[in-house]
Amino acid sequence: MRRFATFWWDFLVGDDWRLAVGVLLGIAATVLLHLAGLDPWWLLPPLVALLLARSLQRASRRPS
Amino acid sequence: MSAVFIFAGAFLASAVEMVEALTIVLAVGVVRGWRATLVGVAAAGVVLAVLVAALGPALRLLPIEALRLLVGTLLLTFGLQWLRKAILRASGYKALHDEEAAFEHERALAEAAGERAGFDWYAFTISFKGVLLEGLEVAFIVITFGSAQGRLPLAAAAAFAALVMVAVIGVLVRAPLARVPENTIKFAVGVLLTTFGTFWAVEGAGADWPGGDLALLAILVFTLAVSLGLVRLLRRQRLTVRPVQA
Repeated sequence: MRRFATFWWDFLVGDDWRLAVGVLLGIAATVLLHLAGLDPWWLLPPLVALLLARSLQRASRRPS
Repeated sequence: MSAVFIFAGAFLASAVEMVEALTIVLAVGVVRGWRATLVGVAAAGVVLAVLVAALGPALRLLPIEALRLLVGTLLLTFGLQWLRKAILRASGYKALHDEEAAFEHERALAEAAGERAGFDWYAFTISFKGVLLEGLEVAFIVITFGSAQGRLPLAAAAAFAALVMVAVIGVLVRAPLARVPENTIKFAVGVLLTTFGTFWAVEGAGADWPGGDLALLAILVFTLAVSLGLVRLLRRQRLTVRPVQA
């Protein structure tokens, strides 16, 4: 069971859980802004770019 | 336009995963014999086909916005992982995947495993597991790509075309396909998955893209430009940091 859960965790979340959490928060914010009457298509693309850059920054500073 | 992207994404992702599966199958088949190895491949193929055939239509029962939100979220988290790894490899922070080394590793394991009379369960298990695990990513991409745009047969056809291509080349070459530019393909697939994930997640959240489907092209160009820019920045950072560490 644990191996099964680990497999799906690796499959969907991978090496940086903060990247996945950031994506989820970004999508939740898009839903909320839409419910507030806005058309927030502009939010996710720059947020994804920022999250990716931060994740790579963390990975590149990690001692190998 | 989206049909071209869906075909390209499913085809490239499938091809690169099948190259990795082929390495495992070849190593096991060469050492242990082909009968049990190929039975393992066929069994994994059946499981994957059933998965796509069952889950694809089931997903279409969801309302289109909920489906796109779900698929967009999954593709975005999954695609960013691919892209992140591909960028780290392209900039030298992560070792490139080496099919010849993987082949030698699998071959050594297959040689070390003891032989038993009758059906070779070792060969069956390793080839089944290898094809199933590599194929799961393919199945995931085919199901998500296909169902969100209502083009499951197209995505499945792209995966099948990649399977045939890799299998034919594998039979002709009879060696791991070390010359395939895996990282470049993974980079391209990561960009495509991230593009579609962003597009569908935003649509699923209820927002409308200006220009409709044309926005896909704009997101693709943006994602590609950001990714190439990050590769360049990381390469420069690595070259600057290295002399200090030495």
